[in-house]
Amino acid sequence: MAVSVPILPSEKLAVLSGAYRKAVARKRLHLALATGVFLAALAAASIGAEVNLRTFFVHFGNFVSYFDRILTLDSGARVWTDIAEWLWGWHKWLWMLGETILISYVGTLFGAVLAFALNFLAAENTSPARWLRFTVRRFLEFARTVPGIVFALIFVIAFGLGPMAGVLAIAIHSTGALGKLFSEIVENAEMKPVEGVRSTGASWISCMRFAVLPQVAAGYASYALLRFEINVREASVMGFVGAGGIGQELVVAIRKFYYSDVSAILLMIILAVFVIDIGTGWMRGRLFGRDART
Amino acid sequence: MSPLPAPDSEHLRARYPDVFNRPVSARLATPAMIAAALAIFAFGLVDLDFSPARIWAGLHQLGWITLMMLPPDPGSSLPLYMKALGETLSIALLGTTLAAVCALPVCLLAARNIVPSRLLRFPVRRFLDAIRGVDTLIWALVWINVVGLGPFAGVLAIAVSDFGAFGKLFSEAIEAADQRQVEGIRASGGNALHEIRFGLLPQVLPVIAGQVLYFIESNTRSATIIGIVGAGGIGLQLAEQIRVLEWQKVSFLILMILVAVAAIDWISSKLRFAIIGRRAVA
Repeated sequence: MAVSVPILPSEKLAVLSGAYRKAVARKRLHLALATGVFLAALAAASIGAEVNLRTFFVHFGNFVSYFDRILTLDSGARVWTDIAEWLWGWHKWLWMLGETILISYVGTLFGAVLAFALNFLAAENTSPARWLRFTVRRFLEFARTVPGIVFALIFVIAFGLGPMAGVLAIAIHSTGALGKLFSEIVENAEMKPVEGVRSTGASWISCMRFAVLPQVAAGYASYALLRFEINVREASVMGFVGAGGIGQELVVAIRKFYYSDVSAILLMIILAVFVIDIGTGWMRGRLFGRDART
Repeated sequence: MSPLPAPDSEHLRARYPDVFNRPVSARLATPAMIAAALAIFAFGLVDLDFSPARIWAGLHQLGWITLMMLPPDPGSSLPLYMKALGETLSIALLGTTLAAVCALPVCLLAARNIVPSRLLRFPVRRFLDAIRGVDTLIWALVWINVVGLGPFAGVLAIAVSDFGAFGKLFSEAIEAADQRQVEGIRASGGNALHEIRFGLLPQVLPVIAGQVLYFIESNTRSATIIGIVGAGGIGLQLAEQIRVLEWQKVSFLILMILVAVAAIDWISSKLRFAIIGRRAVA
């Protein structure tokens, strides 16, 4: 069976291919312009950030040898040849790691409760008043944008050195982050149940409790668990500014060049983060089925 | 219209045993979990030295600090702060770009549909996980040991810690790509490189570009803090002014950070929508 491919008359073809060429040329021009702007921005940024490739290449050996050094014991042997010597302070470190996890747990719970209290006011579809929504949203934005460790720096001065400052810093930062995520879940919720509840004469609080909450609770728990994971990482550096946890030990070890201690503490932090990642992943899977794992 | 017959509760119980006679373990599971969560919380409060007196004194102090922060005032150091802010933005842009460029080849190794061998994928993935498990601030401390104090250490710190995140996100984007286009390339005689270049990249590049832009945004936030350990940017000024209790300068610096982050937010969301259309960015 013969198939004939119709060929357009050449003048029509010339118009079409001309248009095609022009479209491609325009796209290429856009791409070239965007690349140019991007490269210019990069160049400006590398001047701003004092990038010095010579230092980088001269000292890059230091980066490799740094890892070499932190994996070497004082006696010159590799760390894994003498685990007992390497992890000599495991008792103290484990205790501080526990404190770190506790800081992030209490901080996350505080933050989640506050975010829970505020998120219905921030969501577009449930907020009782415009001005209230605006205020709450600006507050959440503020809490989310100022980094947790800056809050920690200020709280250390207000509340004194110690884990309490870390907990409060994590709590307020989590409030901002979770408040936004929670209110987005609420905005995606079905509004028909709310109408149903309201038609029975229920108050705003009852509407939220009986119509919105059952739809969104699972999503809340999932995000809160995810946040807990992130906060463990964040709590591990709170000690840098004196706000408790294992960061205190780590920064001392790095600054005083206790090389093998650095790798031992890092190992413990990484392992703890792994375990918590897997644990919360498992929990989310159990609670909300496999599809809730992100 | 006659009312519906009143439901006979005995009958209902017999019909829906799952609802009325839940096993004790299922009924107790939720309260038990809540009780455990609260118990840990209470233990945490005690162990971490929370006391009403301390909270009260702290809030009192915090109130004073807030009062002293008003009005925000840079004093005579405005040019210095602008330069520091520029440094911070530079750190974020360069660090993110560097991380994305380095992560692109590695993420291919971690994607299931490109490297089917579990044996090869597993170490790459764990390696990326380990990098992500270490906070940016810790990387900054390590790089300061290598290239000295200053913003360059910050760039490298952000690059390394984002490298881990990008590797994971990019490989997930690749795994989610439509396999049929790759098969099409293979059917027309392309080799493995052609498959990646013409079958995969056109699908995943917009997603990747969106993620990179999102990270530039969030790295502006991280770049504001790495100065606290001495890696350049506005964080250095902020930490210094907090230590010497110059609260008006502190509040001015915080305002500067808020404005800068909002501006970057706005620009990057415009760009993101231009690249990928009005779809949600994960």
